[in-house]
Amino acid sequence: MMPMEFTAPTLDYLLLLPFLIVLGAACLGILLEAFLPRRVRFVAQAGLSILGLLAGLVALIWRWGSAGRGGADPTAGSASGAVSGDAYWSAQDGASATLMIDGPVQVLWAILFGCALIAVVFYAERHSHGGATAFTPMAAAIPGSNREAQAAQAGLIHSEVFPLTLFSLSGMALLVAANDLLVMFVAVEILSLPLYVMSGLARHRRLASQEAALKYFLLGAAASAILLFGVALLFGYAGGFGYEKLAFALSFRTGGESLLLAGMGLVAVGLLFKIGAVPFQSWVPDVYQGAPTPVTAFMSVCTKVAAVGALLRLFYVGLGGLRWTWQPILAGIAILTIVVGAIVAINQSDVKRVLAYSSIAHAGFVLVPLVGALTIQSGLPAGQIGSVVAVEFYLVAYGLATIGCFTIISLVRAQGREVTKLSAWAGLGRRNPVIGVTMVIFLLSLAGIPLTAGFIGKFLAFAAAWRGGYQWLALVAILGSVIAVYIYVRVIQVMFFQTPADDEDRAEVVQPGMPALIVLALCLIGTLGLFFVPGPLLDVFQAAGSFLIPSGS
Amino acid sequence: MVFPFLSVLGLLPVIGVVAMLVSKAGAARVIGLVTALVTLIYTGAVIAYSTTASVAENVTWLPMIGSSYSLNLDGMGLVMVAMTVLLVPMVLIAEWKTGLGVTGRFSSRAFVALVLLVECFSLFSFMSFDLVIFYIFFEATLIPMYFLIGGWGGAKRGKAAAKFLLFGLAGGLVMLFGVIGVAVLSSNTEEPSLGFMALNALSFNSNYVTKLIFVCFFVAFALKAPMVPGHIWLPDAAEESTPGGAALMVGVLDKLGTFGMIRVCIGIFPDESRWASPVILILALISIFYGAFAAIGSKNLMRLIAYTSISHFGFMVMGIFSLTSQSITGSIFYMVNHALATGALYLVVGYLIARRGSPDVDDFGGVAKVAPLAAGFTLVAGLASCALPGTANFVSEFMALAGTWSRHPVIAGVAVIGVVLAAIYILWTYQRMMTGPVTQATANHITGDLSWRERWALIPLVAVILVLGVWPQPVLSQIEQTTTDVYMTSASATDPVAGIEEGR
Repeated sequence: MMPMEFTAPTLDYLLLLPFLIVLGAACLGILLEAFLPRRVRFVAQAGLSILGLLAGLVALIWRWGSAGRGGADPTAGSASGAVSGDAYWSAQDGASATLMIDGPVQVLWAILFGCALIAVVFYAERHSHGGATAFTPMAAAIPGSNREAQAAQAGLIHSEVFPLTLFSLSGMALLVAANDLLVMFVAVEILSLPLYVMSGLARHRRLASQEAALKYFLLGAAASAILLFGVALLFGYAGGFGYEKLAFALSFRTGGESLLLAGMGLVAVGLLFKIGAVPFQSWVPDVYQGAPTPVTAFMSVCTKVAAVGALLRLFYVGLGGLRWTWQPILAGIAILTIVVGAIVAINQSDVKRVLAYSSIAHAGFVLVPLVGALTIQSGLPAGQIGSVVAVEFYLVAYGLATIGCFTIISLVRAQGREVTKLSAWAGLGRRNPVIGVTMVIFLLSLAGIPLTAGFIGKFLAFAAAWRGGYQWLALVAILGSVIAVYIYVRVIQVMFFQTPADDEDRAEVVQPGMPALIVLALCLIGTLGLFFVPGPLLDVFQAAGSFLIPSGS
Repeated sequence: MVFPFLSVLGLLPVIGVVAMLVSKAGAARVIGLVTALVTLIYTGAVIAYSTTASVAENVTWLPMIGSSYSLNLDGMGLVMVAMTVLLVPMVLIAEWKTGLGVTGRFSSRAFVALVLLVECFSLFSFMSFDLVIFYIFFEATLIPMYFLIGGWGGAKRGKAAAKFLLFGLAGGLVMLFGVIGVAVLSSNTEEPSLGFMALNALSFNSNYVTKLIFVCFFVAFALKAPMVPGHIWLPDAAEESTPGGAALMVGVLDKLGTFGMIRVCIGIFPDESRWASPVILILALISIFYGAFAAIGSKNLMRLIAYTSISHFGFMVMGIFSLTSQSITGSIFYMVNHALATGALYLVVGYLIARRGSPDVDDFGGVAKVAPLAAGFTLVAGLASCALPGTANFVSEFMALAGTWSRHPVIAGVAVIGVVLAAIYILWTYQRMMTGPVTQATANHITGDLSWRERWALIPLVAVILVLGVWPQPVLSQIEQTTTDVYMTSASATDPVAGIEEGR
């Protein structure tokens, strides 16, 4: 029997550095938790996370542009293909890279790290919460028990949430770079497991929070199982896990379509579950409502970015040859998601649930340019904006506005706790015009109204779908956004033009602390700035190009 | 780099808003009025300068889709800008006391700031020469106007404001489809550009896609310049708004609809305009009659004026889509005159409603004896709005009708009945409110005639209407330049052989 041959993988550690830094910071966080005295833990953990994310971003910028660029310029197509040697390949034959760090991955990493950084700063907000964080003092205590009360009285502060977030983030970073079905599955698990725990950490309404965690875990586990089954079927079809293998099999294999289609469908279900697309959205409102608001902000944005990134790569690289099959299916899901998200949101009486349904609708909107599949491969002229850039920009605009909204939600309080009942928000904008106007700007950005980044996002997204041959999808999506506008106008209406029913029930905006102010300022500047000068960011995204697709597929 | 005259013009009101935010609340009204007047004077200077040199601006904004921040003043834009900057200070003077000392509502500072923001956004949309920029400001006007309706005004103002905003945003999103469509059409050309000049020059085959795009634009504009059946938001919004807010909304914002029809629908889609014109003309006729009859039947003064506006917008749309240079010129001129006349009417009626404390026509009677000036201004503004000869409105309405006649005599003939109805709703309302014996309620509530402040908000508007009524040539010559550029050249249209000579 031949001895098993082991080929040492070539690793470009410099390209991987941002991911490694985040992972390292997470591990370090666990150590800090074990060795630091309780008093300094929270500050140390927050500082470590913020520094780790900043270092990750710096490393990313340092290696920016050294990653491969898939057809940024078709006239120099072969030249940029040659540069692709810089891409990180795990196997030497170059046929099955398990991780692929190309232009779009770097862009998605930047979005992920940036949004996570803002969210982590938001975690650190204590001033407006009466000195406590948004997290339970002791997650292990039974809700309402004496132990919990004692922990609260002793002023315990939960700080494990920081390393958990970084672990989750490293899973997300892995997910967008995964070029292999198995790595993708592992990445999905890495990102999900910490999130399940984090959802159960809310300080107030402990039961609802734990229920959210359990719900998320059970449904998430089911989705993972489905994903894994799909991976197995695709393995059976392609004879390998790599996306290149898949693309290769698509070109040359005859027969086995049922394996392929079933596998594709099941894998798609697993990922669509993560972005909360209909009909896999049922967990979203409960989890978003039950989770601590900063965690909701983190997961509503970063999970979506990561899962959309994975969908992009899976469908454009692995299953690009099957475009004509998956486009109509995803188009249907997009429409369903937009319509259900927008219509169900109309009747919600809780602000967090309104935003949850709005986030469902946005999952549909972001699928619209994805369906268009307007890339160099499908004939996009150089210098014009295709699906990948449109999706990326849309995610940035959505992320900034969403984190901003959740930050404001955490500032609206009565008797020391968050008030998310919509009716209690009556007249809030009038009593506190600055916060009111800021909220209006975020909501308008979500609605895609001019003077906000959301408008540019919608414009590019729908244009990409149209040019990709999906005019009808763009039309339906626009009609859907007409419905969606009502969600946001309703909140604005309550905030400004409704008088509170009785004073008991009235929420007030508390004075935000420094972290919340920083978060709000960043989100506001981003939301407005990306409208007035979208050019530079789009140039960067554009220069990062499309996915690197190795020759032969 | 030449001095950015037009950007400064658009930003002047914003500078006022910023100044207001950093100064004391009490000074807001003065700062606001000064800003509006400075904008007015500056506009005059820019217009004078623009006759000698180009004031166009062009800065690349989103090269990937061919959009750039592009401003210019052509004839139509120029008269619309002039109309806006004239109306805004008058609104501020008339609403001098809004929001003062009222608790539980917005301050007067917020009111003035919002009016100036409306001015800023509308000026930019009238000056923009790029489709995306136009769209952006077209949409942006909705937000301050929404707060202007919802912040001050009647009991059900919140609902009315929401209705206004939802209709506006819905129309805007439908239009977004059109904008994206045009962007896609232009991206297939050698040099993608969304500038109006480039788009006007662009010719594409008319097919179902371009027709769909055209319909999207038209629907958005028809919702804006309310045409039946997209009008249902206007009477509510006008009823619940303050008179000044209503004057701005009907006078300036709704003009964006008819403005867009000329700029976008006819400028970019001449073939599709021709294709759709029969249906649109019928809709316009329906608007004329529906608005007129509803005005005759309405008891509430604010609603009544809103309905008269729907009728007038019907005339404008009819003139525009009759597709003759004479009727389009008339319609553009009508847009200006309507803003001035209806604006004045809203303001003077607003004074009376504030005194009487009720907007119902039946609650007045014999006002002419107690407040002759108010009655007089109402009569002049009202007669102007029903196009009495001697007022500018007559010139424009006549041109619109005459132009329509040369292409569609039947439509013009039917529309003329609308002119008669206009006389009914104005004169009958005047008769019920102003003439006859002084009723007890009138005597109790209407104790004084117009103050000097109130008069000065009206005098300039009425003066301009009367002057343009006898000497419309300066304005018409400006407008004809656009009509020639946009319509005759880009749309390569020809007028029917005129059966009637121009009636100026």
